[in-house]
Amino acid sequence: MILTNIESVPGKKIMEHFGIVTGSTVRAKHIGKDILAGLKNIIGGELKGYTELLQDSRKQSTERMVEQAKQLGANAIVNIRYATSSVAQGAAELYVYGTAVRVE
Amino acid sequence: MPQLIIIITLIILGYITGSIAEKKHFTSIRKREAANIATPAVSISKALEDERNVEEAYLAHGCAVISMDYFKRFLAGLRNIFGGEIGAYESLVDRARREATLRMKESAKNADIILNIRIETSTIGRSNDNNRSMGSIEAFVYGTAITYKK
Repeated sequence: MILTNIESVPGKKIMEHFGIVTGSTVRAKHIGKDILAGLKNIIGGELKGYTELLQDSRKQSTERMVEQAKQLGANAIVNIRYATSSVAQGAAELYVYGTAVRVE
Repeated sequence: MPQLIIIITLIILGYITGSIAEKKHFTSIRKREAANIATPAVSISKALEDERNVEEAYLAHGCAVISMDYFKRFLAGLRNIFGGEIGAYESLVDRARREATLRMKESAKNADIILNIRIETSTIGRSNDNNRSMGSIEAFVYGTAITYKK
């Protein structure tokens, strides 16, 4: 599966469009990580726990999107966009969408 | 009175550790930016070279969550009274974005160019708690990495 966030796959021609595919995941953070993050809030610096959490969650939502595209018979997703929203205190939604296509 | 002492201690602790961490981080960012200068990250979506030369295209991304120290948060709180520019927040978002961009570039080591860069910034967690809502920031950068045929 080829993923790009531009309107085409460079060097390949788009043969067929399958419409939009999406993937999303809502994650809350681990309380242990949250306490550590609270300490880090005093001394400043990177919150590694949160970085990992967001990375993992984005990976999962991307996998869900790819799964959906596979079911449609696509072999590439173009024009991918990521969005983040906080749905509740301490929880974040990571949303990804794109257009499933078949390239030659 | 003991509370005041705790707060002052936290401010001093935050000032010392925070400024050390920031200086270190900026030094590392500058060094890595110089090392990665051969991989340009551009916000245009058309490759400058002939498209037939493209060997591989894939999505590259990087993210970083950076938190502010207690001293800066205290300063920013004072600034909120009088208004004006808050330098403490500026360096925070700058660090997060540059770090995320570097991580993206480092994840796409063999890329010749990264097209159509999107930079997203969001605050995570404590959004309902106004006092701490700007404590930490997340920067997420993504783009399409292109490798040309050699």
